Amino acid sequence: LFSFLPERGNLAGVRHILLVLSGKGGVGKSTISTELALSLRHSGKKVGILDVDLCGPSIPRMFRVQDNDVHQCDSGWVPVFVDQDKSISLMSIGFLLEKPDDAVVWRGPKKNALIKQFVADVAWGDLDFLIVDTPPGTSDEHISTVEALRPYKPLGAILVTTPQAVAVGDVRRELTFCKKTGLRVLGIVENMSGFVCPHCSECTNIFSKGGGEELAKHAGVPFLGCVPLDPQLSQSLEEGRDFIREFPKSTAFPALAHIAQQILDGTSQPSS
Amino acid sequence: ECPGTSSAQAGRAAACQGCPNQRLCAAGGAAADPAEAAALRERLRGVRHTVLVLSGKGGVGKSTFSALLASGLAADEAKQVALLDIDICGPSIPKMMGLEGEQVHQSGSGWSPVYVEENLGVMSVGFLLSSPDDAVIWRGPKKNGLIKQFLRDVDWGEVDYLIVDTPPGTSDEHLSIVQYLGAAHIDGAVIVTTPQEVSLQDVRKEINFCHKVKLPIIGVVENMSGFICPKCKNESQIFPPTTGGAEKMCQNLNISLLGKVPLDPQIGRSCDKGQSFFSEAPESPAISSYRSIIQRIQEYCDQHQFQEEKII
Repeated sequence: LFSFLPERGNLAGVRHILLVLSGKGGVGKSTISTELALSLRHSGKKVGILDVDLCGPSIPRMFRVQDNDVHQCDSGWVPVFVDQDKSISLMSIGFLLEKPDDAVVWRGPKKNALIKQFVADVAWGDLDFLIVDTPPGTSDEHISTVEALRPYKPLGAILVTTPQAVAVGDVRRELTFCKKTGLRVLGIVENMSGFVCPHCSECTNIFSKGGGEELAKHAGVPFLGCVPLDPQLSQSLEEGRDFIREFPKSTAFPALAHIAQQILDGTSQPSS
Repeated sequence: ECPGTSSAQAGRAAACQGCPNQRLCAAGGAAADPAEAAALRERLRGVRHTVLVLSGKGGVGKSTFSALLASGLAADEAKQVALLDIDICGPSIPKMMGLEGEQVHQSGSGWSPVYVEENLGVMSVGFLLSSPDDAVIWRGPKKNGLIKQFLRDVDWGEVDYLIVDTPPGTSDEHLSIVQYLGAAHIDGAVIVTTPQEVSLQDVRKEINFCHKVKLPIIGVVENMSGFICPKCKNESQIFPPTTGGAEKMCQNLNISLLGKVPLDPQIGRSCDKGQSFFSEAPESPAISSYRSIIQRIQEYCDQHQFQEEKII
């Protein structure tokens, strides 16, 4: 059905595709996807986000568009624009649910079918970047997404972890997944890396420290940086605010901006 | 009328004829084969109480809580406790219990759980992998098969409490465990969340899932509920309860809030070292939270049993 390559269909206008992965849940994949999109937007790029977490779609709320509906056009689904400028667009199963608390209780085959549709049937138009946010693990969603995206030669994957060994233990397996599926690893982000008390500036390593950086070294992949825990960031995500624009003095801002810059630098290299 | 995609009739009911999803529903369902159900029931006959630890959201502390619940219950040496980790892609339990590198042994009566203590046995896919880099890249049906094996082939013996740790979501693993354990009996589910709406929105879906599959909810645990700076002792809400946290959600949905556990770096540290948080940090404010939650779960299970015995 979707396998005819020459015109690339709905992904024809997308310059770079990157996936955000982790073996581990709750490390900040959706957060990093969101902040990366916002940073790239502030650098003048047009960005799309494809949220393939079918059971726990977090992205709509992070842009305050959780109550939006999606519409169809001739080429498929029209993604939801999160702003007036139409510089960030989004597709998520969150928009297809009748009620926000409805559980999507689907087994693999049904999830796979929707993911194929999400990859082929969203009319993205022209984008500089398409960021694909994933659920944790190495299962149906991941296999199907990578398979469906393969003809479009994704740029690669960013792997997110938190510093502690329990998280790193799962992310090692995700690295194996990338190797086995031929997905290039753009780098590892160590999220929730330290908390600076806003009252006394003492830094506490609540979820330990350094595990992500060590893993990057051990695996021979780039280390994209440490992002500290920042209540202003959590608050922004809760309220669907533009953290990058509103909190440039915040503790997490420099790290997030740096990650985006490394991605931009990577894409401005002449391709081999 | 669609019987529901998670129903045993999914894909098979008269109303399914002509539905574009019919083949998918019929293929995916692990319909109850009576012989299989009987075999599972027989194997789990010695299990008195089963508690599932669920969350719609990843990274809220399900495995941490499962490990502590199991350890807490096993502190009573007279109780036999079993901890089953059905997170096939991200098995955290072996590391948390200090059992990394252990392998599963077969005996005449089936697979032997790995014992932390004489009265605390553990099973996880982690014990079947030979390297920490091994990835389990399986689609749903294969994961379901392993979960069925865990229930059918592991020789748990006589167990007072079977705790089942799950991955986040509402998919294959969750449908399968409810279906397979339905042959035996589940006391209920403990649902773990963190205070912020980003978690709660997924947890409400999990609660919806429990209602759909008629799984009783024992209650909700709110993890990472505030952080006290060790230096200045001021509290910060790192994961702010912008919509009222678990407390408000439980009020709205008429579900029990079992307790709130604060963020304590020592919790994560103990998990990483594979040592019991109870023995590593007995002075932590999180300890009393955990103990009170565990007690409430025990009380729920005991009441349950009492009601059943009354019926008999």
